[in-house]
Amino acid sequence: MSPDLPEFEVIIGGEEAGQATAERVEDMAESELAGAEAHGGWLPEAEIIETRGTWTEVWRRFRKDKFAVAGLVIIVILIVVAVGAPLVAPHSPLTQYDSGLTNQGQPVAPGAKFWLGSDTLGRDLLSRLIYGARVSLTIGVLANGFALFLGVIFGIVAGYFRGWLETFVMRATDVMLAFPILLLAIALSSAISKPGIWVLVVVIGIVYWAPMTRVIHGEVLSIREKEFVMAARLTGCTNRRILTRHILPHLVAPIIVYTSLGIATTVLFEASLSYIGLGVQPPTPSWGQMISDGQPYYTSAPWLILFPGLAIMITVLAFNLVGDGLRDAFDPQQRQR
Amino acid sequence: MGVETDSISSVTAAAEGEALVGIDGLKVHFPITSGVMVQRKVGAVRAVDGLTFDVLRGETLGLVGESGCGKSTTGRAILVLEKLTGGHVFYDGADLAGLRGGALRRQRRRMQMIFQDPYASLNSRMTLGHIVGEPLLVHNLRPRNEREGRVKELLNLVGINPNTINRYPHEFSGGQRQRIGIARALAVEPNFIVCDEPISALDVSIRAQIINLLQELQRQFGLTYLFIAHDLSVVRHISDRVAVMYLGRIVELADNAELYEQPLHPYTQALLSAVPIPDPVVEARRRPVVLAGDVPSPASPPPGCHFHTRCPAAQEGLCAVDDPVLREIRPGHWAACHLVTASSYPNIRSAEDRAADGTSAASSAAWDGEAV
Repeated sequence: MSPDLPEFEVIIGGEEAGQATAERVEDMAESELAGAEAHGGWLPEAEIIETRGTWTEVWRRFRKDKFAVAGLVIIVILIVVAVGAPLVAPHSPLTQYDSGLTNQGQPVAPGAKFWLGSDTLGRDLLSRLIYGARVSLTIGVLANGFALFLGVIFGIVAGYFRGWLETFVMRATDVMLAFPILLLAIALSSAISKPGIWVLVVVIGIVYWAPMTRVIHGEVLSIREKEFVMAARLTGCTNRRILTRHILPHLVAPIIVYTSLGIATTVLFEASLSYIGLGVQPPTPSWGQMISDGQPYYTSAPWLILFPGLAIMITVLAFNLVGDGLRDAFDPQQRQR
Repeated sequence: MGVETDSISSVTAAAEGEALVGIDGLKVHFPITSGVMVQRKVGAVRAVDGLTFDVLRGETLGLVGESGCGKSTTGRAILVLEKLTGGHVFYDGADLAGLRGGALRRQRRRMQMIFQDPYASLNSRMTLGHIVGEPLLVHNLRPRNEREGRVKELLNLVGINPNTINRYPHEFSGGQRQRIGIARALAVEPNFIVCDEPISALDVSIRAQIINLLQELQRQFGLTYLFIAHDLSVVRHISDRVAVMYLGRIVELADNAELYEQPLHPYTQALLSAVPIPDPVVEARRRPVVLAGDVPSPASPPPGCHFHTRCPAAQEGLCAVDDPVLREIRPGHWAACHLVTASSYPNIRSAEDRAADGTSAASSAAWDGEAV
């Protein structure tokens, strides 16, 4: 090195004051900046940035999406209604009221006593819908949780360890996805003698692990090549530590998004299975089964299929809206806004 | 191939105790596979194709070359972060190749890396305390109650306010993040650090500060660096010796001053002639060597000398047939070219061009001024 090389000044701190403007709180006062500059020594903006965690940031962006917020409100109402069904429902869902049938034995139209009308056995439709929400949401959440559990384990194993395990798991998902899902579910649930909520949870879980595995597998593939994972390996972290501390936290966003979207699909799927009689068995009310029961009467008593149909539609829509909103809120490209 | 002859010298150097890291016949090939159910290997990208060199204790060895020539893969392979296709990496005399699991973790403890992208190299879900403290925890270097103090000490060392220990990486700028990455590397008390283009992702105004920090830390802790870069002036500024890579191989290795003033290999000469000179008069008269064509694909490197397809001095019947060996042309000056001998070497630029460049100290000083 030649002697006339200009020596570089070692300036530690102070230099990057202008760097992190994007990070700064928008309303940061000029005086604060000046004060920080005078502070000297340490990089000043570290002192004045308002700490904004990932979750607050996600919530801030989620809130901007009016449709997603509406979806969230609907979901909260649904959950409250489902949990507090005995308090909210005007009647018992199972009692067959004499006044619930006309003299000709026909269902009663919506009115003062039965707000949404009665069904073919004289039961209150609104109460049955409210109790049906319990079934739909329980299955939606549990079946999805089961699919998620399988999907995360398979996806992580395939994506992180690669090799023949990956080939095996991913080809298995391909086979699974190529299967006609409804047929598989029908076969599974008819193979099990007594259908019920738990059978549905297992069946739907088995049917839906494949798309979840694909999503997680893709995410893990991209995360494992990031430099911070390499740094962790170099540091001496074990595979277990890398998976739990470095990779799993980055899967939280896709997991939340795909779960909310998955619940919508699952609710719909449960309705389909119940509609063809393979789901929840009577007299337990379920939306799909209510539509199935009311179908022969669609000209004389259209409310029998209208209201359960609406309930399914609104629930699915709400979860889809929230899922979309979350996806946008977690998307790093949207962070700049 | 020259691996055999070279490996002797590398082993002797290691035996003499001056080499901290010995690289011997290092190869990293990435398989190209095809097939859906059964993956068949149909070829290989020869990212690193037989490297042999030593990194001496306490030195900074610069590693330069075009993008895609295998610099970064070399850096990772030395730390056994890539699967080695062949060859050995000796750290302090112990071979790292073939080690796995706990044995590799222990052997590798005193080797670290500073990454190119300060955004991708820090886990965004961990606080500074956890990022810098993780090596201490994993290797059990400090008892639990002393860890926080040590993390603060490390942050202080690299110029980050130790009170930011509970903050997340996204609250810091690129330069600050790079400092945090350096603190993490220092946590294991390393002897050897691979700097993989540590400043190329940074703002120009911040580069000098990171370079100075690295040099300061080297002085303080007696660190040995392998400094990977594509910026020749930065490498000139920081390195003691420089290795030039082309298509997975080292074509020239020499002392810093010697390499820049008397490049022997035609590729090095072309590379150096591309660096602008901050003197308008000289620059206007200068005719840089422009190499024809692109770098050939490392999946199918040309036979013989990898550079012969673009070499202005290539000789028919020799360069395309024979693999040149990395030979010591002059003491400490190695080159892999058939045409280079101790007394003569191919000069791909005409005499007047060289005169225009000015091989004098004046222009080289101007060069240094431009560095960083």
